[in-house]
Amino acid sequence: MGLKTFFLHANNELESGGQMLRPRKVCCKECQRQIPVSKIRKNNFVCPECGYYFTMRARRRILMLTDKRSFIELDRDLESINILDFPDYDEKLSAAREKSREKEGVICGTARIGGKETAIFSMDANFMMGSMGAVVGEKITRLFEYATEKKLSVVGVTVSGGARMQEGMISLMQMSKVSAAIKRHSNLGNLYIVLLTNPTTGGVDASLAMQGDITLAEPNARVGFAGPRVIEKSLNQTLPKDFQKASRVLECGFIDAIVPRKQQKEYIEKLLVLHDV
Amino acid sequence: MEDYEIVLGARKEGRFTAVDYICEFVPDFVEFHGDRLYGDDSAVIGGIGYLKDVPVTVIGIEKGKNTQERIQHHFGSAHPEGYRKALRLMKQAEKFHRPVLCIVDTSGAFCGIEAEERGQGRAIADNLYEMSDLKTPILSMIVGEGGSGGALALCHSDAIWMMEDAYFSVVSPESCANILWKDIQKANVAAQSLALTAPKLYKLGLIDKICKPGDLKSLKEEIYQQIQYLKGQRIEKLLDDRYMRFRKVGY
Ligand SMILES: [Zn+2]
Repeated sequence: MGLKTFFLHANNELESGGQMLRPRKVCCKECQRQIPVSKIRKNNFVCPECGYYFTMRARRRILMLTDKRSFIELDRDLESINILDFPDYDEKLSAAREKSREKEGVICGTARIGGKETAIFSMDANFMMGSMGAVVGEKITRLFEYATEKKLSVVGVTVSGGARMQEGMISLMQMSKVSAAIKRHSNLGNLYIVLLTNPTTGGVDASLAMQGDITLAEPNARVGFAGPRVIEKSLNQTLPKDFQKASRVLECGFIDAIVPRKQQKEYIEKLLVLHDV
Repeated sequence: MEDYEIVLGARKEGRFTAVDYICEFVPDFVEFHGDRLYGDDSAVIGGIGYLKDVPVTVIGIEKGKNTQERIQHHFGSAHPEGYRKALRLMKQAEKFHRPVLCIVDTSGAFCGIEAEERGQGRAIADNLYEMSDLKTPILSMIVGEGGSGGALALCHSDAIWMMEDAYFSVVSPESCANILWKDIQKANVAAQSLALTAPKLYKLGLIDKICKPGDLKSLKEEIYQQIQYLKGQRIEKLLDDRYMRFRKVGY
């Protein structure tokens, strides 16, 4: 990635957590304070005043988790097409490419983490809510197949609204496709660490997010299958305040640990070392 | 017929439900209960019996026939323990080399606080993960509604068959219209666009056979033939074919 695109990404990523005011300051969604972009960036996109987690772009996340200059991207040119001729999908894809400056909603590749060669994927919330269509499913499947062949651990970062409706059942069956590739990777004794970030929901929650050997989550991330509004509406239940929050999902037994952003690289490094033979 | 009419038809009362298929295919059906972890989900029926001369494990999502039954079966929307019961019985089938027949008719997985907190996502994910590697043949049939992940959780199979008048969709047309266009009235447009009917899914290579509704006797014979064929495969080949069946979706 060139330096120029790198900075374009840096500006974009603050849009999902707060409102850009002037070029160099951002208004935090949580505490409403105006904070210099440089300060937020230095703090791993956590608000230095209130601790709010800004959404991190996929590439930025990979940079944060991996050793300097070690990331090599795989399958970067795969692009979605409007296979079902779904209304407005072409426009949505163009807008998503424009907004995210990515070709699709997941970035895959290899990198070193604490010196250890690892396969990594990172989903991007700025590309149609990280929804999983044929290309996202294909890229993640190829990554697991590559990792199986090369006997690499996989580190995955999820953020997703679920399956991408505009590709119909082709999207839904990506859940099956990815699950089968993860199972084959696992059968040969390989490690898969998944880091759930806000939000990880729907079809992604019901497949690759819940199939790791070790399941980590970011503080406050929403993790669940059904949307909270759907549940409220269909059952007339008021939802508890911590419903589908990482802390609650951990209490329910589905997450191994909640790891603050600052510690994530070190934490994952340690897990990789512990699995080193 | 408009695609949306097929969706509405698939939801109608008076259709055959899982129980009807089970009674016809496996007349001596023995039902088993419980997931051994939390409870027994009445939306999912599971057990064993003879399909002609072949012992099989049958798992069905049952909606119920009238209002009272529908309430009792949670309107055919399974909780995590339903999917876990299904997986338990599939593992048992693997152990005793029994083929598995899944009969799917659900508007979707159950939506609720308890279902979420007992791991609805994890339960579905587990089924996909384990079924991809289950060392015995699996045949799935969408007989009415094939609602999203809740239906997919019983469809990681060697073959997916579908009734001509059933649908199988990533999302209900109503939710789709609501999310994309904030207009539930456009559900028919959504239904038309989602490619959720048997002929469209067959053309996309996502299902393997379209079945004529009504004639359960011939259907039973076709299932028997298919299961005999799958049973004749070497397990390694069966699993490789199953892998490739899903591997090629979208590519
Ligand atoms: Zn703040």
